[in-house]
Amino acid sequence: MAAALLEVDGVVKRFGGFTALNGVSLSVKAGERFGLIGPNGSGKTTLINCVSGVLPVNGGSIRFDGQEITGMPPHQRSRLGIVRSFQIPKPFTSMTVRDNLGISLEYAGAARAGAPGSASAEDILRSIGLEAKTHLRPGGLTQIEMRKLELARAMAAHPKLLISDEAMAGLSSTEVDDILEILFRLNAQGITIIMIEHIMRAVMRFSERIVVLDAGERIAEGTPDEIVRHPAVERAYLGE
Amino acid sequence: MGRTAGALLIGIAIVGAGIALAVVKVNPYFYFAGYVILQYVVIATAWNILGGYAGYVNFGTPAFFAMGAYTAVLLIKSVKAPLPVLLLAGGLVAGLLGLGIGYLTLRLRGTFFSIATLALAVMLQTVVMNWEYVGGSRGTSVIRPPGPPFGSYVTFLFTVMVGLAVASVLIARFIERSRIGRGLAALRDSEEAAECMGVPTLRLKLFATTVSGFLLGVAGAPFPYYVTFVEPNSAFALDYAVNALAMPMIGGTTSWLGPVIGAVLLGTAQQIAIVTISSEMNLFIVGVVLVLFVVLAPEGILGLVRRMRGH
Amino acid sequence: MVAGLLLSGFYAAVSLGVSLIFGLLDIANIAQPAFLILGAYAAYVMNGAFGLDPIVSGLIFTPVFFALGAVVYRIYYESFERRGAESLRGLVFFFGLLFIIEVSLSMTFGVDYRLVQSDYTTRSFEIAGVGIAFRYLVPCVVGLAMTFTMYLFLSRTFYGRAIMAVSQDRMALRLMGANPVTIKTIAFGVGIAAASLAGALLISIAPVIPSADRDYIGRMFAITVLGGMGSIGGTLVASAILGVAESLMSTFFGPSWSLAVSFGILLIVLAVRPAGLFGR
Repeated sequence: MAAALLEVDGVVKRFGGFTALNGVSLSVKAGERFGLIGPNGSGKTTLINCVSGVLPVNGGSIRFDGQEITGMPPHQRSRLGIVRSFQIPKPFTSMTVRDNLGISLEYAGAARAGAPGSASAEDILRSIGLEAKTHLRPGGLTQIEMRKLELARAMAAHPKLLISDEAMAGLSSTEVDDILEILFRLNAQGITIIMIEHIMRAVMRFSERIVVLDAGERIAEGTPDEIVRHPAVERAYLGE
Repeated sequence: MGRTAGALLIGIAIVGAGIALAVVKVNPYFYFAGYVILQYVVIATAWNILGGYAGYVNFGTPAFFAMGAYTAVLLIKSVKAPLPVLLLAGGLVAGLLGLGIGYLTLRLRGTFFSIATLALAVMLQTVVMNWEYVGGSRGTSVIRPPGPPFGSYVTFLFTVMVGLAVASVLIARFIERSRIGRGLAALRDSEEAAECMGVPTLRLKLFATTVSGFLLGVAGAPFPYYVTFVEPNSAFALDYAVNALAMPMIGGTTSWLGPVIGAVLLGTAQQIAIVTISSEMNLFIVGVVLVLFVVLAPEGILGLVRRMRGH
Repeated sequence: MVAGLLLSGFYAAVSLGVSLIFGLLDIANIAQPAFLILGAYAAYVMNGAFGLDPIVSGLIFTPVFFALGAVVYRIYYESFERRGAESLRGLVFFFGLLFIIEVSLSMTFGVDYRLVQSDYTTRSFEIAGVGIAFRYLVPCVVGLAMTFTMYLFLSRTFYGRAIMAVSQDRMALRLMGANPVTIKTIAFGVGIAAASLAGALLISIAPVIPSADRDYIGRMFAITVLGGMGSIGGTLVASAILGVAESLMSTFFGPSWSLAVSFGILLIVLAVRPAGLFGR
């Protein structure tokens, strides 16, 4: 029975008068493939921002690997092993693709096992299919290459938990499979992965367990089969 | 390590040349103009450590420069401190000022930091103008100490400025190539992503503001001995504010070379212009050039060169 | 103390533009104070040439400054916003503008103080033993009127509400059929026009020199931040606070310290509650 790697306990997040997260709880086991879905505006990215530390919470707590991390700044969390990619890619535009990974390696990745240094960056780029662009700036990359760079940069941080925030939005079918294959491979290496996606076939194929959010609350949890048949989920996506 | 040693040797050679120049009697105006240009090399380099490397714009350069100058005035008047002490103290006070402003505003967006630096310059000038001990709004005169180690006092100060210029460029270059420099570049490109990839952005920003402030204060510390009469309007001159921005922007903000190019080009142009046109027209032109560059060639001369080489 | 309260109406007028441009549009236009002073000099010139009351000439010039603001925004938009450039460059652009305007005024008018005298400038009356000078009262009333007008504009008119919308959600605006860039251009123009009108008030109150813009940078942003970004009501309250604080400071420590007040308030608010009093 795998232990819980990430425990989110009753997290509340308010923006002025608007409650984005209303006491959300979930728990992700070590090595699990976890899916997080929900209609637009349900609070998925807000939850991820709270877990990664970008946003402070108004209530509840977050524990990672048994350690209380509520209130810890993002850079420290990434050193513990919580790494995320961004929905809208945010590459370091003044550096080459390789140096983008270098930052993660030097700062977040160096804190844990794995040899820091250029060999590692090249390996990651090769495994993800970006080695042809190693010495280019992000400005010259295509859509899917930017998404891959986001993932590669996260990988270079040697994550224990990788949160992939809509990495496949707007990609073609083959490209989606491409990214999916990378994520499966990472999980096989032992990395716990939380996938946030709108592309249902990807989430259903990938996840072992799924949590559904709607309007800042958890409305369903279960295996992909259970979720597909869940009445509350249908209601959330299609309306009454 | 080889590259750093090479840079150090070049630096020492330049300082040596400076000493030689100080002793040889060249046209005296050369030393005055040279001092100002070299001072701008330090100022532009210092500004760029925060502005170019980290992406946080400091509009209050006069505040830090004047902090250095007035700390020196204070120490000269009270204990007749020697020049090295003035340099160190001026730098430390200005560095602390940078740290303070940074601590108060850097957790917010960059625009708040910039606005705070603007208001800071005005406020500090008010404080100094009300402080009689350092001369208040009328200013105070400062007597140069006797016996400079070589040359006359002016040529000696010229050499000191050569040394400060070399030192500041070496410091900037060192930072740029270090892990800290890479972290600063990451936070400049995308602060949120950098933070999530393990870069301690607040700590690095505070580092940059402190070092930048320190160097600006060091640039200002010899000022009292250079002008011998210090008054707020010249110590807090608008020239420093606009040149500290214009020189790195014109030269190029991503590398240590940019501020140097900008300082030498713009500084020399201004020294020539000062004798032909009014100082206000001179400032007006600098302002226009600054706006033109920021709109049309934001990456400066270095950027244009890079583009021509086909990067 | 009373003078402080009277000044607050004027300060509100001064800060309306920044409240709109920085508070709602999130554009750090640090050149705003330069437009204030430019407006003051425009009123001065009109007064010298045609003998017009500054407030009247301020109103006449409003469309001119509106157009000027629109042009400035377009340049800013094309050079920076559209290319997604770092905010550093936008800031430097506005600083360059501030600088150019100040130096141009300096070259044209010199560094002597300029003042405008209209027929009410020297008159005053008394209420309950407190003297109230028309010189302060009229700008205060006009300032309050401007604030109220701005409030109505933002809440009742189509363009005003579009501006509020664009500050919150650009996508919604597109779906409404309005072009965000046009809306922002209008907003910027209004902000600059407000600054120029406030400048006309300024020259009735006190003598003006080109470098006066630096005195107002702190005040404008302190008021906007203290009041809460984008809140017109907040701007009014914050202006009152600043006005009173400055006059108290002036009474107890001397007038030259009044500039430190705005800076102090700005720093304290940023450190303690950056959202301001009424901010979102």
